[in-house]
Amino acid sequence: MHRESARFRVVINIGGLAIGFVGTDPAIAQSLERRYHAYLASPLAPATCEFTVVRATARVEGDNAGVEITHHDGRWFIRRGSLSAEYDPAAARGSAHLDDRPYNIDSLLRIVHTLLLAREGGFLLHAASAVRDGHALVFTGASGAGKTTICRLAPPDAVLLTDEISYLRPTAHGYTAFGTPFTGELGIPGMPISAPVRAVYLLAHGDRTRIEPMRPAEAVRSVLRHVLFFATEPESVQAVLNAVCQFTRSTPVYRLEFRPEPDVWERI
Amino acid sequence: MDPVYIARHPAAAWRRLEDEVIVISASDSSLFTLNEVAAEIWECADGRTPLAEIVAHHIVTRYGVGFDEAYRDARELVEQLAGKGILIVSGEPITGGDGR
Repeated sequence: MHRESARFRVVINIGGLAIGFVGTDPAIAQSLERRYHAYLASPLAPATCEFTVVRATARVEGDNAGVEITHHDGRWFIRRGSLSAEYDPAAARGSAHLDDRPYNIDSLLRIVHTLLLAREGGFLLHAASAVRDGHALVFTGASGAGKTTICRLAPPDAVLLTDEISYLRPTAHGYTAFGTPFTGELGIPGMPISAPVRAVYLLAHGDRTRIEPMRPAEAVRSVLRHVLFFATEPESVQAVLNAVCQFTRSTPVYRLEFRPEPDVWERI
Repeated sequence: MDPVYIARHPAAAWRRLEDEVIVISASDSSLFTLNEVAAEIWECADGRTPLAEIVAHHIVTRYGVGFDEAYRDARELVEQLAGKGILIVSGEPITGGDGR
């Protein structure tokens, strides 16, 4: 005899944007609550958008399946491995078939946040970020450029926002970096706090520490290369380009060549 | 000389930054940087102004180069950009560009 499970509602608040998940599968509820515990809002909290989630029946092994995002009839359709979702921005509602593996839920959150942020002049950046002295420092660069290393070298008074995906959006205090639960090599979720961004550093390993300011066009190009964005809809791409231009107008961007020694943090 | 018309592709996102233009192809997220002269041509690519007129009024007078040389370079540039899918090139005036 089929017995219906209790309905759950989990609200995950990242960067001040709350996304609600409703469903009846307890394994998915537990996975959401365990992985995003530092980012949970009250189950009764209002959400920017809400997803009905059900367990995916098809299972694809491996976490490196490509993301496929399409946009038609005003709705977004997302596929990645066993994740399949659609989202209607006008209704602020969506549905998702997923399993309880963390990277599927992470993928959905990242993709939906990029779509929500694009409307607000914000974006996700492949970058580590940390708060020190009340301001956020953002460290971006290609894989292997030193994001994890710079996090490991962080002094005790620096609070990690993320070692993998930085969350940047304009607020009343200018561009602000928010903590995210998205982890990289360190495997440590960022703290759910925020701070105005003081500077962005494009990382490169070097035989000595050297910091050079970047010209505006160079800064835009460098930041753009590391923006996490999936949509191919021209309006959304233009919105991200505009956001990066606005961000680099108000935030200094430096090239930081560094030796992996703790004093790099005293130089920045 | 047959007229050539150029229009920015509607799927190209772009912004001028100082003397350069940055273009992103929405279809595959490719990033392009146009230098000062290419940026000038890009901004004039309204689908209605013949390329020869753009070159004569915006390149020859401004940069002090001969028309033939400038036009040859401009033709090469627009064919390259068309090949990347971010510019439309036609022998007729073009409607349906980005309209900016």
